[in-house]
Amino acid sequence: MSLLSVQNLSLSIGPVPILKDVTFSIAPGEIVAVTGESGSGKSMTALAVMQLLPDSAQTTGHIMLRDEELTAQSEKSLCAMRGNCIGMVFQEPMTALNPLHTIGQQVVETIRMHAVMPKAEAEAEAAAMLTRVGLPQDRFPLSRYPHELSGGQRQRVVIAMAIARRPRLLIADEPTTALDVTTQAKILDLLKDLVAEYDMGLLMITHDLAVVADMADRIVVMRKGEVVEQGDTHHLLANMKHPYTKALFEASGHQVDLPNAEDGNAAILSVRNAVRDYALPRTKLFAPRAYHRAVKGVSFDIHHGERVGLVGESGCGKSTLTRAILGLEPLQDGSITAFGAPVGPDMPAASRIKTQVVFQDPYSSFNPRHRVARILTEPFHLVDTPPKGEALTQIISDVLTDVGLQPPDAQKYIHEFSGGQRQRIAIARALITKPELIIFDEAVSALDVSIRAQILDLIAALSRRHNLAYLFISHDLSVVRSVTDRVLVMQNGEIVEQGETETVFTSPKHPYTQTLINAAPLLPDLAALTSQTETSHDSA
Amino acid sequence: MLRYTLKRALSLGLSLVVASLVIFFVIEVVPGDPASFMLGLNAQPDTIAALRSELGLDVSKLERYLAWVGGMLQGDFGTSYTYRTPVTEMIGDRIWVSLPLALYALTLSTLIAFPAGVYAASRRGKPGDMAVMGATQLGIAVPNFWFAMMLVLIFAINLRWFSAGGFAGWDKGAAAAMKSLTLPAIALALPQSAILARVMRSALLDVLGEDFMRTARAKGLTRRQALMRHGLRNAMIPVLTIIGMQFSFLLAGAIIIEQVFFLPGLGRLIFQSISARDLIVVESVVMLLVFLVILVTFLVDLAYAAVDPRLKSRT
Repeated sequence: MSLLSVQNLSLSIGPVPILKDVTFSIAPGEIVAVTGESGSGKSMTALAVMQLLPDSAQTTGHIMLRDEELTAQSEKSLCAMRGNCIGMVFQEPMTALNPLHTIGQQVVETIRMHAVMPKAEAEAEAAAMLTRVGLPQDRFPLSRYPHELSGGQRQRVVIAMAIARRPRLLIADEPTTALDVTTQAKILDLLKDLVAEYDMGLLMITHDLAVVADMADRIVVMRKGEVVEQGDTHHLLANMKHPYTKALFEASGHQVDLPNAEDGNAAILSVRNAVRDYALPRTKLFAPRAYHRAVKGVSFDIHHGERVGLVGESGCGKSTLTRAILGLEPLQDGSITAFGAPVGPDMPAASRIKTQVVFQDPYSSFNPRHRVARILTEPFHLVDTPPKGEALTQIISDVLTDVGLQPPDAQKYIHEFSGGQRQRIAIARALITKPELIIFDEAVSALDVSIRAQILDLIAALSRRHNLAYLFISHDLSVVRSVTDRVLVMQNGEIVEQGETETVFTSPKHPYTQTLINAAPLLPDLAALTSQTETSHDSA
Repeated sequence: MLRYTLKRALSLGLSLVVASLVIFFVIEVVPGDPASFMLGLNAQPDTIAALRSELGLDVSKLERYLAWVGGMLQGDFGTSYTYRTPVTEMIGDRIWVSLPLALYALTLSTLIAFPAGVYAASRRGKPGDMAVMGATQLGIAVPNFWFAMMLVLIFAINLRWFSAGGFAGWDKGAAAAMKSLTLPAIALALPQSAILARVMRSALLDVLGEDFMRTARAKGLTRRQALMRHGLRNAMIPVLTIIGMQFSFLLAGAIIIEQVFFLPGLGRLIFQSISARDLIVVESVVMLLVFLVILVTFLVDLAYAAVDPRLKSRT
C-alpha cells in the first residue's frame, strides 16, 4: 500500500481554480518530485497534503496517508499529525526559523509537541537530531540563535525540526532554491540519506529539473494546476510524451546560438587591482575600525563585443564588484576604467552612457507609477540634448520592437506585464542609449525555465545585432556556460580562475572551480538515456 | 548583554548632560526677569537688585548652571522664587500623584490593548476585528478630557461611586489614593489603549505573515499556540516602542486631566510656575521629566535586548 495517495484532488481559492484532478502517490522510502513552472500549483499541492491551506480554499478529492483520509480529519487530529507523521521543509531558511528562539528550543518544540517527556530528555533527542543533520553539538550547541548560522546551516535546523519525530512522510518545498550550489549538493545528499535511513516518503517540490533528475525515483510534471505527465524518472526522461514536459526539459538545457567572438578588439573596460572594503561596526568605542575586504585586488578586461561571465557563490564579492564597475561605490585601491575614463562621480556622461545594467528582480526594479515610455527614456538624462517628439517616439518603438514587444506597450504601466516581459523592458531600458557594454546582474535568475530560454535567446540575438559586449553575472553555471565566451570564477573576493568558457568548464584548474562544477546538478543526457532504454528493450 | 547595557547607560548619561544644558539656556533666554516680575511694576531698581542677589541671579550663567546641576545631583533643586519653599519639596508632593497616575493609566491601557489587539489580529477581517477597530477609531478621535467629563458625569454624579475630583492623599491609605486616581487613569488610558491596540494588531498581522509562523503550524502547533508562542514576542518590538512613548506622554501630558480632576500633579505645577516666571521650578520639573523620559527609553532599550537576541550580538 502506498504511504501517501492523492486522488482526484481539486482545489479552488474563492472562484479561482488552483488544482484540477491531481492524482499521484508515494511509497515508503520513495522520492517523488513534483515539478513545473511558477503558477503550476506545485506548492499548493504540498500545502494541501499538510492541510495548511488558506481559509478560503475549497477542496474535493482524497488525500490518504496510509489509511487515513486527511481531508476528513478534525483540526485537532491534523495538529497531532503535522510534525509527527508529516514533516515539512521550506524554501527560505533565512526566514523559516523564529529569530527569537534558540535552535534547541525550536527542535525541542517539535518533539514535546507530540510526546510527553521531560525537557532534558527532549533536549538530548534534539541534540542527537541536530548532530545527525550535520550540526555537531561542540560547534552548534542548542543555545545558538538562527542569526548566528549560515543559510545552509539554518536549512539543516529546519530539516532537524521536520524529522525530529521520524515522520513517515517528509515534504520539501524548494528546499535548496535559496542556497549556493555547493551547499545545495550537501543538503540534497542529506535528504537522500535520511529518506533511506528512516524509510520515509519524500515529496519534493522543485522547479529545477537537474535536481529532479538527480534525486527523484518518480517525477510528476504539473502545469496550471494539472498533472500533465508522471512516471518513473528514467522511464519518463527517456520517453517524454507530453509536449510540455519536452518543452520544459528543452528549455532547462537550452543552448543559445552565440555569434563567434572576434579577437583583437580594444579593451572597453579595464579593472586593475580593484579593492573594496566595508567598515565593520565598532566593537570598542575608541578602537580603530575593522574592515571587511569584499574585493581583494581584482583585475580583468572586457574587450569590444566580448561576452564575459562572472560566477561565484553568495558573499564572494561579485555584487560588490558589479556596483564598483557601475560607479555606485568607490574603490579603496586600484582603478576601473571604462571607455577611456576612470569610473567615478566625475566620469564624463559620454563615457558613462556606454555602460548600462539589467538587474535581477523584474518585479521591484521599476517605479510602478511610471509608464513604460518614461521608464525607458530615463537613461537620456545623461545626454545633453535628449531626443524629443517624433524622434523620441521612433526610438521607443524601435527599442521595444528590438526586445520583442510592441510599440503601443510604451503607454502601459509595468504591472500589466509578466515577469519575462518586464525583463525585456529592463533590457530595452539598457539598450536605448546604444551602449557598448551591458552588465546583466543575475538577470535571468528569477525567471521560469521557458522564459529564461527566451530571454537568453534575446540576449544572444541583441549581441549579434548590436555587437554588444556584456558582463553576465550569475550563480547558475549552466546559463553562464551557454552565453559567454570567457568566464571569471570568483571566491572570497578574488578571481581564482579565468579563461575561455569551454576550457574552464571542461578542464577546470583551480580546486574551487572543480568543486563548483562538480556540485552543480546536471541535466541527464536525454539522447543517451533514450538509446540506453532502447538497447535494454531490444536485448530484453 | 553587559556591554549592551553599559553602552545604553553611557548614552543615557550623555543625553542628560545635553538636556540639562538645553533646558537651562533656553529658559535663560526667555524674556522676563523673575525679580522684577515678583516685585511688580513700581519696584525700585535697588530693591530689584537686592532680590536678584538674594535669588542668586547676579552671578554668571555658567556658575548658575553648575550650581543648579550640582544641587540637583545632591537632591537639592533650589528654592522657588514665588513660594519661597524648596523645589524638592514641591516636586516631592506632586510626583507621588503624577507618577502613580501615569503608571496606573499605562497598566490599564496595556491591559485593554493587548487582548483587544490579539483578538482583532486573530479575527482579521471578521466582525470581531471590525468592531475592535471601530472602537479604537473612536478612542483615538475623542479627546481624553471629554472622556473625563463623561466619567465624572456617570460615575461621580449619577452613580456616586467615585468623587468628582481632588486627591485623597497617600496618608489616607493606598486604597483611597488609588480610588481617587481611578477615573483620571481611565480617562487617560482609553485613547492610549486605542492607539496601542492598533499597533498590537498590525504588528501581530505582520508577524502572522512570516515564514516561521507557517513552520510553527507545520510542527503541529494550533493557530492559537503559534500565535502565543511565536507571534506575540516577535510583535513586541513595535509595541514596546509605543509603550515607552506613551509613558512619557502620560507623565507630562496629563495636565488637562489634572485640571479636570483637580489633581495636584506635575502638569499643574509646571503650568503655574510658567505663568509666575518661577524659572527655577520650571527648570527643575522639566529636567525631572526629561530624566524620567530618558530613563524609560533606557528601560525600553533593555527590554528590546531581552526580547530580541539579535540586538545583543550586534553591539
